Amino acid sequence: MDAIVKRKKIGLKQRYQTMTRDLAWQTSYQDMDKVFPYDKYEGIVVHDWDEWEDPFRLTMEAYWKYQGQKEKKLYAVIDAFAQNNGQLGISDARYVNALKLFIQGVTPLEYCAHRGFAHVGRHFTGAGARVAAQMQSIDELRHYQTETHALSHYNKHFNGMHESNYWFDRVWYLSVPKSFFEDAMSGGPFEFLVAISFSFEYVLTNLLFVPFMSGAAHNGDMSTVTFGFSAQSDESRHMTLGIECIKFLLEQDPANVPIVQRWIDKWFWRGYRLLTLVAMMQDYMLPKRVMSWKEAWEMYAESSGAALFKDLERYGIREPKGWKDACEGKDHISHQAWNTFYTYNAAAAFHTWVPNEEEMEWLSEKYPETFDRYYRPRLEYYDQQHKEGERFYNKTLPMLCQVCQIPMFFTEPNDPTSICYRESDYRDDKYHFCSDHCKEIFDNEPEKYIQAWMPVHQIHQGNCFPEGTDPTVDGFDPLAAVLEYYRINVGSDNFDFADSEDRRNFMEWRGGEEPEVSP
Amino acid sequence: MSVCSLKPYAIEPKDSRDKFPAPLLFIGWEHHHMFCAPVCIPVPGQTIFRTFTDEILQEIYGAHPEFTSIDWKAVTWLKSGKVFTPRFDFSLAENGLGHKDVIRFKTPGLNGIKGSNS
Repeated sequence: MDAIVKRKKIGLKQRYQTMTRDLAWQTSYQDMDKVFPYDKYEGIVVHDWDEWEDPFRLTMEAYWKYQGQKEKKLYAVIDAFAQNNGQLGISDARYVNALKLFIQGVTPLEYCAHRGFAHVGRHFTGAGARVAAQMQSIDELRHYQTETHALSHYNKHFNGMHESNYWFDRVWYLSVPKSFFEDAMSGGPFEFLVAISFSFEYVLTNLLFVPFMSGAAHNGDMSTVTFGFSAQSDESRHMTLGIECIKFLLEQDPANVPIVQRWIDKWFWRGYRLLTLVAMMQDYMLPKRVMSWKEAWEMYAESSGAALFKDLERYGIREPKGWKDACEGKDHISHQAWNTFYTYNAAAAFHTWVPNEEEMEWLSEKYPETFDRYYRPRLEYYDQQHKEGERFYNKTLPMLCQVCQIPMFFTEPNDPTSICYRESDYRDDKYHFCSDHCKEIFDNEPEKYIQAWMPVHQIHQGNCFPEGTDPTVDGFDPLAAVLEYYRINVGSDNFDFADSEDRRNFMEWRGGEEPEVSP
Repeated sequence: MSVCSLKPYAIEPKDSRDKFPAPLLFIGWEHHHMFCAPVCIPVPGQTIFRTFTDEILQEIYGAHPEFTSIDWKAVTWLKSGKVFTPRFDFSLAENGLGHKDVIRFKTPGLNGIKGSNS
């Protein structure tokens, strides 16, 4: 028998070196530029990829081990939640609408992120950057799966979740997150990293995750909370990748600074606009509130963002152009977005409602300058109309911003009484925007945005009806045809919460009583 | 260079006039945010402006409690943010309105639900 030879264990650093950077080589049969065709055309100059500092010196071997442990815990909780009928313990069935928004609009972004990082994880010349992006790609796939599993239990009991992937590619409001991510994925690999890793993950992600996960905890949804914990350590790794990649690009060559600055301007604004959906969720959809959007913005964006951009000053980077307008919007956007979904609820696959008196008080207290003056009166009017059997639904399709694709409901900076209109002429047509910053994004790359799949325009072109529909027949109802094409079940997925099956069912399951919750 | 790509590629605008049954018109009622955003409708260029206000705007905005109080003679109009004076007996096309134009109307004295701009 052979004697057991005790092999010397290699250290972490060496193992990392062996398992990542040593897997790369200088190609000789083919030109390196042909093997990695995507990492020069954006104008970014990299002199030495070896200067790339890896955020976490993680090898695949260690990665699988950590992730495996987290999965075990997560699935134990998800199982227990299902077996104990955890859905009965949530604060109120209205809460589930926040989850609908999540599975419809956020979960598919995890899948987009998985694809995006897989792409850049192939195409950077530097092995360190490739490995970091590949790991993030796997994380994102895992998040897509675990979120789907965590929420699938709700899908058995509530409406508005059954076609989330199909909806993501078609339904008007989901073109907002979809076009955001596709804009990033169709940029080059460096723009993608600045867009997603830095501007979104590093600068803004807390504003997405904290409200949803704390919202889940406050509203008795342990399944989603556990998912949040399971994703947290991944998120901090992603954030570190974001800051490392920015510093790397800025240190490599001064010519990179203006390119990176333009991307930061663009992607801060794109991300901020996307978060309008979260703002609305936070202020209106959580029966038990965590904090207001305004408070979250002040805590996670204003204070930490200011410090970050101060820190980046030494590289010649200033705060994003839209920063001041974004800060000004904190008093308004959640109310404006809720108004949009409330009035267009016939075409949305979740429910809306007028906040009850206690919730209105909470909103007045959190928004003393604006809520009572601009937003409360119409909510009270809607409520009265609904009680009289005239629930208001807007039946005319809205005008959208050509860049963020959000209906044009944002008001002028410093004038909440007037809608903000901006436009540009390009070739033979006019293009319209919600803000100076969306206009600037367009003006920088008009060729890209004139190709946008604008849901409202697609409906008017006749591309969103079921196959074989004849829109010329007598009595043709375009909205009904669009909803059929969307696969939104009219009467159960859409309309006011007060009239919903979700509400009736939940009351019945809880013994016939409406839950009493205070914000 | 505003196209950042590896090689040239053909770019088609997605929303040119030929793709729609009629030109698109964007319409906004100032200070009435019960209609959260301006609206977007295809409307034939030969539509007479008076028909547009009497019938089309009525259908879009009629649900608002102030709609019936509008004094159309006092209404002021903007086209692409600039003052615009429509001739009511002429068609939209004759009034210079084409594909993807945006018009806004202001109704003096009417400030929305309880003066809230809604």
